[in-house]
Amino acid sequence: MRVALVTGGSKGIGQKVCLALANEDTIVAVGFNNNSIGADKTVELITQKNLQAFAVHIDITSAKSVDSAFSEIEKKYNVVSILINNAGITKDNILPRMSEDEWDYVLDTNLKGAFRTTKKAIKGMIKNKWGRIIYISSVVGIDGNAGQSNYAASKAGLIGFAKSISKEVGSRNITSNVVAPGYIETDMTATFSKEQKEVILDKIPIKRLGKGEDIANIVSFLASNESEYITGQVIKVDGGLVL
Amino acid sequence: MAALFFDLEGVLMEVNEVYKKVKSLFIDELGIEEEKISMESKLEEDLEIDSLGIVEVVMAFEDEFNIEIDDEELSNIGTVGEAVNLLHSKL
Repeated sequence: MRVALVTGGSKGIGQKVCLALANEDTIVAVGFNNNSIGADKTVELITQKNLQAFAVHIDITSAKSVDSAFSEIEKKYNVVSILINNAGITKDNILPRMSEDEWDYVLDTNLKGAFRTTKKAIKGMIKNKWGRIIYISSVVGIDGNAGQSNYAASKAGLIGFAKSISKEVGSRNITSNVVAPGYIETDMTATFSKEQKEVILDKIPIKRLGKGEDIANIVSFLASNESEYITGQVIKVDGGLVL
Repeated sequence: MAALFFDLEGVLMEVNEVYKKVKSLFIDELGIEEEKISMESKLEEDLEIDSLGIVEVVMAFEDEFNIEIDDEELSNIGTVGEAVNLLHSKL
């Protein structure tokens, strides 16, 4: 059995990714930091289908927490062969008003968090000579967004990081890819007003917001054996918003 | 005198044993030809192991000898002999 670790598996895109990854050959480690109830719910949705999952606490801003999460997973099951770096945060502000703390918090979580988890996971993957690493970035990391310079920088950083990793470990059957979602129906986009939504939909050729499943489907493919010749890529899943 | 000789012999045996194990790991893990390997062989130049290969072989050491080698120690390993001595010091 392979173990897939998904950070931020308690809700939203992460939860859908967990559901899509669970199968006869894959146990899902549902990573959570604060939302243990959400993580338990994700586990329940998977075990209901007679597939295996368990919740694991992982604070990606702490190397110590990342270490202990990996030890727990390895002790219980196996090394992590599929790593989905999904956990992320926003602290939006226009630059003149952005504090160093707002910048650091977002970069430390979204970008350095992925460094911490990837560094931890990669040794086991090298040993197994098989691995799949997927970074959930954002089209904002490609196109930029006013009020999100910190978030966009962190998401763009993931792209350079993922591409470098793909070159380092490609010879060991380890792939490293980025999925860049556009506007997805989540708690965050649910707060948009009708007018805001109309403005957004006007820019999306496929006239709807994305669903968590739209992301989960491509992640699940990139995590499979079938995607072995795809690495260092950035796959935009945004209904054609950014071309 | 006899006791000293015995101890020395014991230590020598041990280093030699570590060397033998290390040698077989290089052969099995990285497919390096046995004739190429000596205590003096440089990992990158003589054995043509890339930096990722060194990480691989060190992980194999860790499993075989049940020890941990940190990043700094790893970067100090340049030859087969240095690897053998490091491992021997940790046993």
